[in-house]
Amino acid sequence: MSTYPWAAGYIDDGARPQVVTSRFKYDDGYTLERYHATGGYEGFKAALRRAPGDVHEEVKAATVLGRGGAAPPAGTKWGLMPAQKYPRYLVVNGDESEPGTYKDRLLMERDPHQLIEGCLIAAYAAGLSQVFLYIRGEMPLAHERVGQALNEAYAAGYVGRNILGTDFSVDIVLHWGAGAYVVGEETALIESLEGKRGEPRLKPPFFPAAIGLYGQPTIVNNVETLSNLPWLLVNGSAAYTSIGTQTSPGTRMVAVSGHVNRPGVFEIINGTTTFRDLLYADEFCQGIRNGNELKAFVPGGGSAPWFTPEQLDVPFEGRAAGAAGSMLGSGAIMVMDHTTDIPSAALTLTRFYAHESCGQCTPCREGGTWLMRILQRIVDGQGTKADLDQLLEVGESICPGNFPHASSSKLGLEAVPFPYKMTTICFVGPSAYAPVHSALTLFRDEFEAKLVEPAVPSRRQIPVTAVH
Amino acid sequence: MSRLNDANLALAREIIGRYPKARSATIPLLHLSQQQNGYVTQDAIAHVAELVGASSAEVMGTATFYEMFKFEPVGKYLINICGTMSCALMGSEELLHHAEHVLGVKAGGTTDDGMFTLEHAECQAACTEAPNMQVNYRHCHRMTPNAFDQLIDDLRAGKRDADIPAHGTLARVRQQIPAEKAAGAVHPDTVDGPAWMPAPEAAS
Ligand SMILES: Cc1cc2nc3c(=O)[nH]c(=O)nc-3n(C[C@H](O)[C@H](O)[C@H](O)COP(=O)(O)O)c2cc1C
Ligand code: SF4
Ligand code: FES
Repeated sequence: MSTYPWAAGYIDDGARPQVVTSRFKYDDGYTLERYHATGGYEGFKAALRRAPGDVHEEVKAATVLGRGGAAPPAGTKWGLMPAQKYPRYLVVNGDESEPGTYKDRLLMERDPHQLIEGCLIAAYAAGLSQVFLYIRGEMPLAHERVGQALNEAYAAGYVGRNILGTDFSVDIVLHWGAGAYVVGEETALIESLEGKRGEPRLKPPFFPAAIGLYGQPTIVNNVETLSNLPWLLVNGSAAYTSIGTQTSPGTRMVAVSGHVNRPGVFEIINGTTTFRDLLYADEFCQGIRNGNELKAFVPGGGSAPWFTPEQLDVPFEGRAAGAAGSMLGSGAIMVMDHTTDIPSAALTLTRFYAHESCGQCTPCREGGTWLMRILQRIVDGQGTKADLDQLLEVGESICPGNFPHASSSKLGLEAVPFPYKMTTICFVGPSAYAPVHSALTLFRDEFEAKLVEPAVPSRRQIPVTAVH
Repeated sequence: MSRLNDANLALAREIIGRYPKARSATIPLLHLSQQQNGYVTQDAIAHVAELVGASSAEVMGTATFYEMFKFEPVGKYLINICGTMSCALMGSEELLHHAEHVLGVKAGGTTDDGMFTLEHAECQAACTEAPNMQVNYRHCHRMTPNAFDQLIDDLRAGKRDADIPAHGTLARVRQQIPAEKAAGAVHPDTVDGPAWMPAPEAAS
């Protein structure tokens, strides 16, 4: 096995409950031997002793919120499949590529058996006939660790035909992606798994649960979501909901990166931990680097509107973040201190989404590229006043109406809550606009400071060549 | 010549057999051909198309969608420097400039000796360890100019061969599903519910 650095970044001070990271302290947490020695596959065995419907009810009662972005409760989502329509598939979303997000790779590299056990529990409870575990292409160590774990699990009789001597049979197929952010969107993931270009499907149907892989009912779940299930089946839904809050039970993995003293990945108590805790507390990131001032932070992955120090006391909880004008998304916080050049920082995100557009929708394909090019021009000191208006105008064509943003007492702004309207098939288009909108709403003066007078006082022509 | 060789062809057939529909194996098979040749050749496209029952154009359409497939030879080592927000905040642009200077190529270029291809890349799911880069998709965390120089020296000297194989090879441990253990691929036209679920009468 490889010796390159793996699974760095996880920080545990031993003080918080561990639902999904309990084996991260072992160097061999990925082996079946260690997994067995630490209670592995007990949750699945407990599930097998119960009726499938009963296990499904247990998961429903726990309200395991999806950890991939939109946070639908897993048990409810499974229930959306049309009754008696078979076969049904499970597609595991291990395509982690949202800017700032770093948790699923850790879970796959450090505790792959926990994920496999989660897949087995889901398949048993929801009557799923085959499992496809789709791992982002640029993660060869995750491919190795999960592949090795599957080989062990097959040999030990946990996966495959007549599992542990029962009627329960299911194959788990490891599938490698090949590099495309948009494939993380669940319908694009399914297209990709069918061997096609990873282009999101037009909605409706809104849920792959109705029409998914090969047109069959399909559940798409995130790696972290499924990794919660073994603990849940061992300890029960009452124990699960005793952690966190009623609307956000359990724990969550959160990656905090950027200008903090101790960037890292933490398993936090869901719902109650505030952003201030995460950024400043000793058990988490221990403040801003060099004693600098906090300027802004992205609370939930690159797609999320930005917060400023005024939102530090918002808890890491979906509804609260939504009301404050943003979202928690994939559990990724990116922190900017007072030395950050805001237009340049926004550019690094908008460039990402413009680059990752699949090209199906004009507002995303063209609009994202325009946003990127105008921003680049401003950052290069060649932007004009008209460019600022143009940014908002392009944004309006992707997301008509009020785009969400945080409140600012300094600027006299009220928060505009989530969600937004959009003219595109998926969220990549709006995501290209989110950093621009936040930066321009909260830090307009930084853009204005970079503007120049136009040589000819007319609107500029914007180049429309594609980025690819 | 760049069709899949016999060993890879056997592996390809095994992989195809895991999916309800052969075309689902397109990406895994393209990876296999890239592992064999270092990049995806036109012959490989045609061969994969034959194997999964699609046209070459369909396979090409799929292949070109994905960043990791290369259609021309690249360096033995593909260096991807992350430029997304967390890494940018921690100095990835300086790292990229340093790399361009040391290797003597701009992002997108390959060194004359065919050893290195340099690319500007996007978020690599290691954001807390910024600035990051990957060599043949193996993560390198918290890179500094010195660490970069050392890595290049080591790669040139063959000191990292054990953990960083040549471009095209991803995981070296693959999944194997022993025939006697396999539950088997479940085709969408199968109408029966799974055996372990109560029959409709029993459920109602
Ligand atoms: C553009 C886009 C990218 C996404 N990327 C991911 C991803 O990398 N991983 C993930 O689990 N979910 C991702 N999602 C969310 C998925 O569409 C889906 O909601 C999720 O995988 C469902 O799993 P969950 O219910 O367990 O959260 C993405 C969504 C969009 C719109
Ligand atoms: S919004 Fe962008 S990425 Fe999403 S489907 Fe449309 S073009 Fe593709
Ligand atoms: S931003 Fe560079 S690894 Fe995520």
